[in-house]
Order: sequence, then C-alpha cells, then structure tokens
Amino acid sequence: MSKPSVLISGVGPISGLGLGLPDTWAKLTAGQTAVAPVRAFDAGAMGSLLAAEVPEDFKIRNFVPKSYRKATKVMARDIELAVAAADLAARDAQLSTCANGDPEDASYASDRIGCHIGAGLIAADLDELTDALAGSTDDQGNFDLHQWGREGMQALTPLWLLKYLPNMLACHVTIVHGAHGPSNTITCGEASGGLSIGESLRVIQRGDADLCFCGGAESNLNPMSFLRQVMTGRMYPGTDPAAIRPFDTTAAGGVTGEGGGIIALEAENAYRARGGDPAAAYARLAGFGASQTVHRETRNRTPDPAGRGIVSAGRAALREAGLEASAIDVVIPFGLGHPDWDGPEAAALNTLLGDRLASVPVIATKALAGNLGAGSGGFDLAVAAQILKTQQLPAITHRPTPLPGLGATQADKIETVLVCATGTGGQNTAMILQRSTS
Amino acid sequence: MNATNNTATSPSTRIVITGMGWITPLGHDLETVWGGLQSGASGVDRTTHFDATTFPTTFSAEVKDFDPLTVVRHPELHEGIGLNTGYALGAAVQAWEQAGLEAHAELNPDRLGIYLGAGEGTLDFSPYVASNLAGWDADARKIDGLKWAQHATVTMDATRELEQEPNMALAHLALEFDARGPAYNCLTACAASTQAIGEAAAVLRRGDADVMLTGGCHTMIHPLGMTGFNRLTALSNRNDDPQTASRPFDDTRDGFVMGEGAGIIVLETEAHAKARGATILAEVAGYGSTADAYRITDIHPEGRGGAAAMRQALASAGVTPDDVDWVAAHGTSTKENDSIETRAIKAVFAPDDDVSKAPPVSSIKSMMGHLIAAAGVVQAITCVMAIRDGKIPPTANLKAPSAGLDLDYVPGTARDANVKVCLSNSFGFGGQNDTLVIRAHD
Repeated sequence: MSKPSVLISGVGPISGLGLGLPDTWAKLTAGQTAVAPVRAFDAGAMGSLLAAEVPEDFKIRNFVPKSYRKATKVMARDIELAVAAADLAARDAQLSTCANGDPEDASYASDRIGCHIGAGLIAADLDELTDALAGSTDDQGNFDLHQWGREGMQALTPLWLLKYLPNMLACHVTIVHGAHGPSNTITCGEASGGLSIGESLRVIQRGDADLCFCGGAESNLNPMSFLRQVMTGRMYPGTDPAAIRPFDTTAAGGVTGEGGGIIALEAENAYRARGGDPAAAYARLAGFGASQTVHRETRNRTPDPAGRGIVSAGRAALREAGLEASAIDVVIPFGLGHPDWDGPEAAALNTLLGDRLASVPVIATKALAGNLGAGSGGFDLAVAAQILKTQQLPAITHRPTPLPGLGATQADKIETVLVCATGTGGQNTAMILQRSTS
Repeated sequence: MNATNNTATSPSTRIVITGMGWITPLGHDLETVWGGLQSGASGVDRTTHFDATTFPTTFSAEVKDFDPLTVVRHPELHEGIGLNTGYALGAAVQAWEQAGLEAHAELNPDRLGIYLGAGEGTLDFSPYVASNLAGWDADARKIDGLKWAQHATVTMDATRELEQEPNMALAHLALEFDARGPAYNCLTACAASTQAIGEAAAVLRRGDADVMLTGGCHTMIHPLGMTGFNRLTALSNRNDDPQTASRPFDDTRDGFVMGEGAGIIVLETEAHAKARGATILAEVAGYGSTADAYRITDIHPEGRGGAAAMRQALASAGVTPDDVDWVAAHGTSTKENDSIETRAIKAVFAPDDDVSKAPPVSSIKSMMGHLIAAAGVVQAITCVMAIRDGKIPPTANLKAPSAGLDLDYVPGTARDANVKVCLSNSFGFGGQNDTLVIRAHD
C-alpha cells in the first residue's frame, strides 16, 4: 500500500530577516545577517550580547481578521509569531479559510483541516508580571507571598495564564482558520518544529485531514528565556555578528533568534481537487524520521560525539522516501554554530552521506537568522521548499575554514533536500523534500 | 536500525498495554491507588509545596513522600530534576517492571520510542521573583535588563532552569531506559497524555517502533501555577472542606482541585507482545482527536469537539455506543466542563435524550484532583483496572447533580459491573479534545 503524496503548498517564514518569504529569501541569498546587538532589553550583563530580532514594524493586528483583534491581547509574542506565520502560509498557498472570507467558499471543510505546531517554554512578560509582584513587597522590598495570595495577585488580568500555555499557538491558529481536525502541540526544544510537521504528515497519510498548518514559532527575547539560552553554555559571547559560524573550525557559539515558520501541507489529491498544479507547489514532503539521542555523559544536553541519533533520524527519513543517501543534493542542518553541536552533526552527516557530502552544500540558516528554537524546523523547511522551487541556493556565509567535508558551496543538481534538527534534551528530526512535478 | 526490524503493521494492527505505573496523590503503586479509587478515598489536603494559606485556594492534591532517586537504576543521571520528571520516572519504573522489559534482552533501543504528554517543570520561584524585583524600575514600570541580569545570573541555577523545559521528562526517561526510537512530547493542556497515548499507538501501528513508553506527568502546585488558575476562577475555593471540594456534576461544585503526578504505560503491537510472551493487560482500541476552534476561554456550548472526538474514537475501535460499559469522564468539577461534557456524552450515547441508553459515567478527579497534563493517562490506567476487576470507580462527593445533568454518575460508591469497553475523555483549555477507547483483550 503506497502512502499518499503530501505537498508543501505555502510557507510563512518569520525571523529577523523579515516577515514572509520575499524578504527572507532576498536576505538569505544576499548573505545579509539579522544578527545585531539585543534591542528588546539591556543585555549587557547576560553573557550574550547579540540576537536576531523580528523587525520592529511587526504588528500582530496586521495578520488577523478585524474580528479577531481583541484576542491579540491574550497573545504572548510566541503566539503572535505563530498566528502571523500561519496567515502568511495560508495566503501563500492561496487558501480560503474562514480567516479571509465567506466560510462557504473555504478551500476545505473545517473537519478536514488539522494543525500541529511546535512551541517553546513561554516566559511570562516580566514587565506585566513584575508590575503586579511589586505590589506585594514588605518594608525591605522583599516579596511577601501572603500579601500576594491575599490581594496582590488580583493585579494580574484574569486570563493571564492563557497567554503562556504552549498549546495556545495552535489554539489561536485553529480558531482563526476554522481548523476542527486533529491538532497537537509539540514541545521538544528545537526539534519541536520538525516533529510537528511530521505529525501533520502522518495525519494526512492516515486520511484524517487534507490540509494541515504545521511548523512552530518561538521568541526568547525575554530576559528570562534569553538567560535560559545563555545558561546552556553554547552562546557566542562576543559582539561580531559575522562570528556566528556554523560548521567552521573557529565556531564559538550560536545566537538567539526569534520567529519560526508555518507550512501549509496538503494531500496531493486534495490539492489537485481544489485546482492546484503540483508543479506550482513548493515541494513534496517525501520522508520523515525521528529519534532520541542517549548521551549519558552530558545527560542529553549535547549530542553524542558521533551524532548517532542524528544518523538514525536521517536514515528513517530516507527509508520512507525510498532513497539512498547519495540522492541528497542539499542539506539544511541544525547548524547551531557551537563546536559541541556542530561536531556531532558534522560527524553524522559524514556517516550518512559519505563521499557524497563533499559535493553537497550544507546551508545553516542560523548563521544569519539565529536560533529560532521551536520555530527553527518550520523556518528551515520553508527555506528548503524555496530552494527546490527556485532551484537556487542561499549564500553560505561565515565559514572561512569549514569543518572536514563541509566545504561545498554549489549543488550539482537540486532534486532532494534533507532538513535536520536536534533539540536540547536529545530529540532529533529529519525531513526529506523532493521537487514537486505535475 | 534497518528495514528488516520493521514488523508488518496496518491500520488494523492491535495495540496492547503490557505495563502500567503511576505516582498520584492516592499513592505510588498500582494497587494502592486503585484501592483508593474503589473506596472513594481523597488525596486532597492543605497545600504544602508552598505557603498557600492566604491564597483563594489553600488546598490541593499533592503526591506525598515520594523520592524518585530511590527507585531508578541510574540516580546519577537524574540529580536536580523537577518534581514532574521525578513522578514520570517513578511511574515508568513500575510500568517497565510490570511489562517485563528488563528481562527482554532482544529489545532494540532504536525501536523503543517515547511519546509523552508532560507538563513543564516548576519555576524556581524565589530567585525568579527576587530577580524581577531587583530589576524593577518602578518609575518606568519596566524591567531594567542590566539590573535584572546582574541578580539573576548569580542567583539562578543552570540545571534548575534547563529542567523546566517540557521535554526534560522525555530526556530523562530516554536516559534511564536507553530509548533511542521516535521521541515526542506534546503539551495540549489537560488533554496532553490522552493525546500522547493515542499518537503513541499510531507510531506503533505504522511500524516506526516495537515498544512505546507513553503517558504524562505534571505539577502546577506552585505559586504562579495556583495564581494562574485562581485568576481564571477555575479552582474550587472550598477551603473549609478540601476533601469534598472536588464534586464533579454536583450542583454545588465550584471548580476543580489541583492535583499532580504521573502515569506511564507500555504499549506494543499485539504480535510483538505475544512473541515475547508478555502478559497483555488491555487494548488501546480507539482514539479520536479534534479541535473546538471556538474560543480560547470557553468550550463550545454544545460540546461540538468533544462529541466529535468520542465518535471518532468509537469508530476507530469498531464499536458502537451500546458496547461501552463505562465512560471515564474528564469531569473536572467546574460548572462549565461538567454540563457541557454531559451534553456531549448524551449527544453520542443518548441521541433521543433517552439517558437509560447511556453507560455509567464517573470522574476520578473527585478523589485525586486534576493532574492537568497527566490527567488522561491516570484515567486510561483506571480503565484497565476497571476491566480487570469488574469494578467501576465512583464519583465521590456527588450528592445532587445539577438540573439537566441526568446521566448515571455512579455517585459515592464503586459498583460491580462487567466492564469490557471503556471510553476516556480529556478536554484541554483552548478546545483540545481527545478520547480513547480501552478494551479488554480477548
């Protein structure tokens, strides 16, 4: 029994590079970085000074129907980014949903639309919370829990908690687009996006939906979540944006970004039935694999040196696609830019691709867009999809002295792209994309 | 890992439960907790995790006196974990032992997967609040990042911060049991572990693993967790009588009681379980998952999504409403949930309003509180115990249901019954609905 073909029909990438595909792609191909000194707060004492922040002109109200503007008041920034990315993806796929018109004209019945979104641990807005906490202090200025319980907590808006539940990314997207089908929220660090896309793929393959919104979004531009990133010990401590160097022998750490990507994933037969031509779609999602690293020496804080789990996810994705590793033309890796992560990933790619790796460009988007956390899988899949559609590659930047095997800058053909991710905690994903043809 | 490891599977492949464990407010082992549920015991008492004496709600259902590092084989891998991860490890050790996996030498780590619905860890409250206040610029009513970080970088602990990530229970289970197969954590609020079990079964059905550990863990019994639910007015305020505060379906119910804990079950294909001679406890026969897509604060008033999830679960199990012997309700003891869940159950089981056709419905949250992300898996385990012993646990503290809540809620006392097919509901904030069908294995 062959599995149904599943297409990427629309993409909504958001990052410091821009809102939506055109800006994102222009900057990636030009090798322009979004990394700059942190703007959201004074990061001078954090131990990391740079970030790739979403452009200042980002306003969530521009991405929701007028009737939904009130609901944006209960959206943490992570939720805003997901809702905006889903709007971009729906438009890009030329989908009619209840968000943009008459439900009668919707491309799909509500119960045929699913939604699987990766989310991070969302930190409370510190200004809002501390404004309330500051009302419950004693004479010395110390926090008084009794006062908080008695009275202080009333300063928080009643719906405060709902801003920070990870499943609220998916919940808002399902409401905006009338998606009543299977929905899930995956919270596995940077593997969240890939795992969510994998869940959408499975739901479509088993016939439980025709269209799924999938991917993820995250913002760590909050002092608390930014510090959590720094405390993982893998952030670049300096001030030079060009020093974010995934897979370079001089790599000295990654950089926090914010954003993500939501993908419109459709069953090919349903896409055709709504008048779509597969040749006009971005790509076919041909294989997915997931695995878990067990690296007891670091308690799964970093991958094992051989990248064993990364290899096993890659092989599972290839197996589903019915391909050998020699078929891979381009890789979008996790590519964090820290030796403890790049080394194992490079080892895994060498194991997986062997001699082929020397002629396969490995394009790390984090060099320019930073680490989007739970948003990175969806963002990277959007980039991979655009590579297949345009038959062009983003620039490979900041890699003056590549790790062994990671030196290719041109592809001999662009038919198959491998997209990988690895989360802190050890979850790994691999996705195989192929060119979509009529 | 290679293709020859794949067992032949299909959508009709039967998925069975071969091991179970839980750490709950009613105890730390299968039989003790099940005994408590049959006798209508309460796990609710004054909150001790923090000083809640002035909070609108001063009580909760806490796990008592449990130290996970005494039950795991590799305590050195788990120093500094959060409470939630510890509960998951404790539950998983029980499930692993019951399933006899320790003695199963042929188990391939690459074919052992995990799908959890685990909640985030507990905020490190004291340094967090102190850092926020140290960084507070009262005039600008903003945090001064520099002052905040000067305090936080010296008072916060990197391990404690990392262990709050919601995938840490998953990471520690993988370390403890050398699980290298597909690994997921879903966090769909109160529906999470029901969804995890349904999706873990799907992973097995498509042949991506031989054995799955699944379930969930959570605790929100901490100052900001209780604050959040108090502000939503979702919690019971019955501070003068905590043990009877959780009273699902009762007319005097005034909110849910916060619980905590974990449940883990071992799933495998029937063929795999039989081939290794495992004892099969029950079958995960059906699963349904829908989104209300209605409002983030309210359930759809007709229970549209909940009813759809139940119908999907029944259809995928190939059973009719008449076949169902017990419904393990989401039954939170909030005004809204219990009436809408009743409406949804009636839409599925008593379409012409003939409630005599509907099976008994009861809520174990009346006894152990609401375990949030872990609520679904403890219901699923209860279903298996109900099937084993022919016993339906009661809805404790239910004296007089509200008008219109006219199902058989098994008030007060457990009931003997021939239980072969159970349906278990979980509904999450934001309109996430998941339902399982658990069936006796023949």
